[in-house]
Amino acid sequence: MGELRLMKGNEVIAEAAIRCGCDAYFGYPITPQSEIMETLMAHRPWEESGMVVLQAESEIASIHMVYGAAGSGKRVMTSSSSPGISLMAEGISYMAGAELPCVIVNVQRGGPGLGTIQPSQADYNQATKGGGHGDYSLIVLAPASVQEMHDFVILGFELAFKYLTPVMILADGVIGQLMEKVELIDQRPRWTNEQVAEISGNWATIGKSASRKKHIITSLELDSSIMEQNNIRLQEKYSLIRSQEVRYEAISCDDAEYIIVAFGSSARICQKTVQIARKKGVKVGLIRPITLFPFPEKIIAEYAAKVKGFLSVEFNAGQMVNDIRLAVNGKTKVEYFGRMGGIVPTPDEVETALEQKLLRG
Amino acid sequence: MSEVADRIKEIIKPENLVYAKSPVLNDDIMHYCPGCSHGVVHRLIAEVIEEMGIQEQTIGISPVGCAVFAYNYIDIDWQEAAHGRAPAVATGIKRVMPDKYVFTYQGDGDLAAIGTAETFHAVNRGENIVMIFINNAIYGMTGGQMAPTTLVGQVTATTPNGRDVDLNGYPLRITELLAQLPGAAFVTRQSVQNPAAVRKTKKAIRKAFEIQAMKKGTAFVEVVSTCSSGWKLSPVESNKWMEENMFPQYPLGDLKDSSRADADLYRIKG
Repeated sequence: MGELRLMKGNEVIAEAAIRCGCDAYFGYPITPQSEIMETLMAHRPWEESGMVVLQAESEIASIHMVYGAAGSGKRVMTSSSSPGISLMAEGISYMAGAELPCVIVNVQRGGPGLGTIQPSQADYNQATKGGGHGDYSLIVLAPASVQEMHDFVILGFELAFKYLTPVMILADGVIGQLMEKVELIDQRPRWTNEQVAEISGNWATIGKSASRKKHIITSLELDSSIMEQNNIRLQEKYSLIRSQEVRYEAISCDDAEYIIVAFGSSARICQKTVQIARKKGVKVGLIRPITLFPFPEKIIAEYAAKVKGFLSVEFNAGQMVNDIRLAVNGKTKVEYFGRMGGIVPTPDEVETALEQKLLRG
Repeated sequence: MSEVADRIKEIIKPENLVYAKSPVLNDDIMHYCPGCSHGVVHRLIAEVIEEMGIQEQTIGISPVGCAVFAYNYIDIDWQEAAHGRAPAVATGIKRVMPDKYVFTYQGDGDLAAIGTAETFHAVNRGENIVMIFINNAIYGMTGGQMAPTTLVGQVTATTPNGRDVDLNGYPLRITELLAQLPGAAFVTRQSVQNPAAVRKTKKAIRKAFEIQAMKKGTAFVEVVSTCSSGWKLSPVESNKWMEENMFPQYPLGDLKDSSRADADLYRIKG
């Protein structure tokens, strides 16, 4: 058993980064996630392991510093919140195009624009449909606990290097600010230069030795026939990710007549709703997508044949509901309930919505 | 065409060559226009890398602009940055591999317009990198539009009546501004229009890489350059136009030659 601690979600991101041997963090302050960089700075990991922590002049600079360091075969991360992620969209697209691994944490706040500093899940579409220009996807992990904030940093790096693609941890202000018990992994060393060469030596720009051709990290290709092949290769990678990396949790679904689908802190609330509804005799289950890309469409399609309806519960105007509808493909009813602008619904509110939209609807 | 190729072959036959091409330069034929300064500056960088014996330790960052394909010509590892972001990319590389040599190669639009923030803050942090700045006062690759360094009255595709200060503001002397920053170690402005200038520029580039080895702060080399296609002049006319119009606005010489500032000058009292 690893060390147990009571920690805030944002703090644990920093702690997990240090402990898993992350090489560098580049970021820019923004509420509600500034504790991530503050915690890193307070730990001074550069003294222990040489991990780089740098406050950049903007989110744009942050993501391009991540690009440079990731291109060097290092394990690199950044974090921000919604408006900052919009600024990073350029660099994220370039990283997806150049096939560079990294972990990006988005502790979402309400939008659009400067919006609010209160929690939101309104960046679902941005995260799961790419977010920047061009045909690309990110692997998107949605933590619903402080423990998962910790675990997904480690998982994020594993997936990022397995598929050479940016991974996003799509959290929200609730999970970022929540304090919970967390089991921490033991300190792992950073990769040595020899390990970097072994793991990423066939693409990273770590200095061209006389024995090999130069490495060029770029997303540019002006020859359309080659660029189409590059795109096909990316899409094949996303297909592989869809077939291999779907993660979800199904709670009380076996006998369910209705299923709530919710991710992140919304799923925490809906867990309580399931209990309330079941006490009233309504057989409700919960599917919690852990990966938002790849979306757990198969399990939803399977239940679509069995249940009387789905309710998507999101802190936004109804974004994931469209992915559920695609998976259900008209086989049963799919409704949405959510609150916006930083308002978090109560379990009772969700239960009432369930009754109104599905039971009586 | 074959007649021209034959003539070139005749000119470059071994017995005619005064010196050999650096092996750090690839054999790929450059896409640059006749009279363009990029090819000369690429050669100088390759020669400096060769002479310092740092080919295996150097990572270049190419910009968006005509020089995006710099990675095709110099035989080292490269990263291609988004428009203006080369100093941030260089920062990321240098911070995780502090013993490598890292340089950016950027044009005026890249470095002094869209990437101004990244440029300023990389220099202000005193990043131990080399920045090569090609200033030809125009956007070459996109077809000759106004650059931040376009001169007042200069005709471009987006200033068809000449740059008008009321509409477009002033030519940006970004190198003078960067020389004010405490993170800068070496800031110089050079050119490559004749052999003497080429030799001085090579010396400046060599010095910039040596400063990086000493970790003294950012080394910044502007090269006032020509863009015959963008300026719609012959290569010879371009050099003349540059000397007459660019040099008075962008005077050549060293603007700073020391090392990044002593932190105590900026420290709080207690």
